[in-house]
Amino acid sequence: MREQLSVKELQNKCVDLKKHVVDMIYKAQSGHPGGSLSVAEFVTACYWHEMDVDPQNPRWADRDRFVMSKGHVCPAQYAALAMKGFFPMETLDTLRKEGSPLQGHPSMNKCPGIDISTGSLGQGLACGVGMALAAKMDNKDYRVYVAVGDGEAQEGEIWEAANTAHKYQLDNLVVFVDFNNLQIDGTCDEVMPNGDLGAKFREFGFDTYEIDGNDMEQMVAALNLARAVKNGRPKCIYGHTVKGKGVSYMENVCSWHGVAPNEAQWKQAMDELNAQYVK
Amino acid sequence: MSEVVMKATRDGFGEAIVELGKENKNILVVDVDIGKSCKTTQFMKELPEQHVNVGIAEQNGAGVAAGLATCGKLPYVVTYAAFGSMRMCEMIRQEICYPKLNVKIACSHGGVTPANDGASHQAIEDMGIMRTLPNMTVVMPADYVSAKKLVKASAAYEGPMFLRFTRDAIPVIYDENVELEIGKAHLIRDGKDVAIIANGDTVRLAIDAAKELETKGISARVVDMHTIKPLDVACVTDCLETIGKVITVEDHNILNGLGSAVCEVAAELGKGKVKRVGIQDQFGESAPYERLLAKNGVTVEDIVKIAQSL
Repeated sequence: MREQLSVKELQNKCVDLKKHVVDMIYKAQSGHPGGSLSVAEFVTACYWHEMDVDPQNPRWADRDRFVMSKGHVCPAQYAALAMKGFFPMETLDTLRKEGSPLQGHPSMNKCPGIDISTGSLGQGLACGVGMALAAKMDNKDYRVYVAVGDGEAQEGEIWEAANTAHKYQLDNLVVFVDFNNLQIDGTCDEVMPNGDLGAKFREFGFDTYEIDGNDMEQMVAALNLARAVKNGRPKCIYGHTVKGKGVSYMENVCSWHGVAPNEAQWKQAMDELNAQYVK
Repeated sequence: MSEVVMKATRDGFGEAIVELGKENKNILVVDVDIGKSCKTTQFMKELPEQHVNVGIAEQNGAGVAAGLATCGKLPYVVTYAAFGSMRMCEMIRQEICYPKLNVKIACSHGGVTPANDGASHQAIEDMGIMRTLPNMTVVMPADYVSAKKLVKASAAYEGPMFLRFTRDAIPVIYDENVELEIGKAHLIRDGKDVAIIANGDTVRLAIDAAKELETKGISARVVDMHTIKPLDVACVTDCLETIGKVITVEDHNILNGLGSAVCEVAAELGKGKVKRVGIQDQFGESAPYERLLAKNGVTVEDIVKIAQSL
């Protein structure tokens, strides 16, 4: 069923989700908080505004699909799946532990609600293209949402997949580019300048929507537009985001890519996030 | 003696995939712009709505196929063996083998059969690379008839599979009634002095060698090991235990392919002696196919000599 929360409800849901992200990475003492927080608004909007999924039947054939191509930020998706009821909330405490369905990078055969395994960067968009193409072949109306990192867009396969989405007129495909301008070794501009990724996707045949990717109102508006325009062109929401958004000491700090907070940092993060609920 | 019919295994694939596609509309071909030489042109003509061409973008082709498979499709990604095993390798690993999706990688131009194309297009590492991926099945038919049979069988076999065909017309060795099962070796002729375990285009060399050996009073068993993973361990074990002398023959590097797989069984069993005939861990060059094989000692004469020396 497609839940459609109000923007305010989505904002508060997103705070819940971010708290779970920080909490599970803290408990695991391992994981990637920065990117999980920058992509959180997109994930929240997908699961509580946009996508038709059934937690009781995760492999329901007509469901909308979500591909976390930047697989290392799976804590954001794991939190959403638990909150939706795909598995018990306590499972979040098992992140990255032996025997857990919540692998360090998502595994579709271990975790209910994961539509394709990812982890090695650059590969998820092609899979999303295959899913969207299958929908077109079968005249089904399910839609496919893919989260791609800006650093990840340095992988050539992303652009091979973009070509294919254009050729097969996959207007049921939405790519969210999480443009936080940080990757492991520094800023994207330092490591490998991406230029204007929105313009690149436009040139590859996508309709593009440039937004503040951490602004829920803009996110919902972009998703609504992407859904409404059935013109045979795949959609790209190009979101300027802040890596670590919502936790002050993580924001725009490169080193928070793949480090877990300590107890004091965890407490500070919870306090800061608790103050972000919208009344 | 009846006339020898010459046909390429890639033609067997091309015909079987059309038949399969007509039976099951979920069977798709994902081409990467070498459909013509991989023999999918007829499929494209007859079943255009089941045909995808992603262009010269192998990595993407594997990923698109994985996505299609999660939605109930049965895609055959079609390319050359060099690209299907190496350019696509990591995508096959993460998006097909790890999630155990029902995607077939169907490759022509296996081994050194793209002879005049030179080393870039010759695939001598492919089956070995694919063999080390968990959940992967690796199959190479020995002639046109078995290619058709094994392609048909592949559609009913759940899970990732690497199918290797070749470029050149080679003698048809099987009749239409032959029964072949993926994962089960096929005994072509029995013998008691030496066992020759071969696959692909080199099976005919093994058969000719066995005939030659017969004239010299040596009785050779010939086995078509069309599936190197899962390997028919029972068959290999029987060769090692009851005959004890085994020669493997393959158009593949002697490292990691059929020869290695058989040696692994022999080493763990602690019985029998194995000699490997195959590409000697060296790149090829532009040259006639038979010359390339000869330079690596993959000839009937070499097999006969080794059998005599055992």
